Amino acid sequence: MNFSPALEARISKILGNYPEDRKRSAVIPLLLFIQDEVGAVTKEVVDEVSHRTGTPRVQVDEVVGFYSMLHRKPIGKYHVQVCTNVSCMLVGGTELYHHAAKKLGIGHKETAADGVFSLEEVECMGACSWAPAVQINYDFHHKVTPEKLDQLLDSLRKIQ
Amino acid sequence: MLYNQPSPHETRVLTRRFGLPNSASIDTYLASDGYKAFLKAMQMAPDEIVGEVKTSALRGRGGAGFPTGMKWSFVPRNSPKPKYIVVNADESEPATCKDRVLMEEDPHGLIEGTMIAARAIGSEKGYIYIRGEYRYLIDHMDRAIDEAYARGWLGKNIQGTGMNFDLSTHTGAGAYECGEESALLESLEGKRGNPRLKPPFPATHGVYQCPTVVNNVETFYAVPHIINMGGQAFADLGTPKNGGTRMFCLSGHINNPGVFELKMGANLLWMIDAVGGGLRSGRKLKAVIPGGSSCPILRADECDLAMDYDTVAKAGSMLGSGGVVIMDDTTDMVAVGLRIMSFYAHESCGWCIPCREGTTWLKKMLWRMNNGEGRKQDIDLINELSKNMLGRTFCALGDAAAMPTISLVEKFRDEFEAKVRPVMVPVSGPDQLVAIS
Repeated sequence: MNFSPALEARISKILGNYPEDRKRSAVIPLLLFIQDEVGAVTKEVVDEVSHRTGTPRVQVDEVVGFYSMLHRKPIGKYHVQVCTNVSCMLVGGTELYHHAAKKLGIGHKETAADGVFSLEEVECMGACSWAPAVQINYDFHHKVTPEKLDQLLDSLRKIQ
Repeated sequence: MLYNQPSPHETRVLTRRFGLPNSASIDTYLASDGYKAFLKAMQMAPDEIVGEVKTSALRGRGGAGFPTGMKWSFVPRNSPKPKYIVVNADESEPATCKDRVLMEEDPHGLIEGTMIAARAIGSEKGYIYIRGEYRYLIDHMDRAIDEAYARGWLGKNIQGTGMNFDLSTHTGAGAYECGEESALLESLEGKRGNPRLKPPFPATHGVYQCPTVVNNVETFYAVPHIINMGGQAFADLGTPKNGGTRMFCLSGHINNPGVFELKMGANLLWMIDAVGGGLRSGRKLKAVIPGGSSCPILRADECDLAMDYDTVAKAGSMLGSGGVVIMDDTTDMVAVGLRIMSFYAHESCGWCIPCREGTTWLKKMLWRMNNGEGRKQDIDLINELSKNMLGRTFCALGDAAAMPTISLVEKFRDEFEAKVRPVMVPVSGPDQLVAIS
């Protein structure tokens, strides 16, 4: 597979971080960064990571099944992740998640038909003191109210 | 960018650079005594460094609270294998959000902490294992590491001292289990994040079966300050055997939630009122989770205590990772129990059966209970099942799921009983039912 020059540079840097006979260490970082560019961990991505790290295919595949951020099918352009763990739950995280589901018309780990948004009820993502928290792709949003979330989603829909 | 206003009650040691202009840049770092501790450590023998850390009574800030100096002293320095430094930046214990702030505001502080640890154990390579959700921090730390290389603070013959040390970031991809040090090492080797059987411990058999020091982000941050101010001065900030300050993450039903650096041993009620701005108006304190969701819950009447490892342990809970969740009298404890168990059921890696099956079974029972479909005998069953998980797993995740559950059932049993489905019996006619319990 061919990737963007920036990703290729990142891949070679990552591979250089581990001892010569330990390139398997690069499997998870490579899967995640490649997924960000390709959109999903496809069969081709698994083959590519297996090839580049010299790791048997099955050992790459078993990793994909383990880590919650890795997914085999594409998700929305904007992946809306609402935390409902205890700190967020106490200050409205659960209601916020239901609000998002209603507004987007999709449920947990679902992607809207137009592919713009996908939704996930996530576990703690380290924003507990500024709860309730939402992460859209990799961007954190703190102290999110239903109104704030509406504005956020509307503005994303416009620029997509 | 700081996400909450600092508090006047803070003791600024680890956070002393917070709020400085460009606090993340190496220039700001060097202008504010940065890398001074490393140069001082290079004048010290490795044993002296370990000794100073032992004197400081620094204990692991990730949750277990193991004395850091002792952990370092277990590394066999004469081993012919390479030795590794691993930073646990997988911060994923619910209610914990301190490492994120530290790395964001002062990335070079972490780098210097790893360099001193490397000097102490004779390591030439370190990894910072950052959870995948913290992508911006991976880029942020990479930039700081590049700066450090460019200025000769990492790499070969650092500042002419003859020491070599390479450091790089490594990303996780979403797994709470990888915050457990042996699972983290598996993940660092490119495998599923399942825990290892211990012993042997990472100090002798860590990354690639080589001697390894794994410490939490905040623990590494304390190290340069310990070297600069001396172990005893750091220890004196806290209480006996609980040295220094620590980052407390206040969340939940308070007016002023946030991450604050307070002296070890600060009173919990004072923390809630003075630092956290007190409870929402008209509400009373009901319970507190003192150190992340794995810790047994404390009732309001148990909260007048010093927040250090030993005092909280004596009160039957744990200081854990410093994630303090404050709950007022509107909180539904069965719902809290269900949410906590849902988390552990989701995050159990599946390696040990008591944890894999136990968490899911408990989640189902707590769901029934919370939805008014529980039976009275389920309350004891939840308690018994939790107790049967304790100590029967490779890592502490099973315990972490069981302990808060046991405390909830035992301390708030009336709330569980109130949600039990009444037992109905027919009386006087075929269509009439009355509740008998």
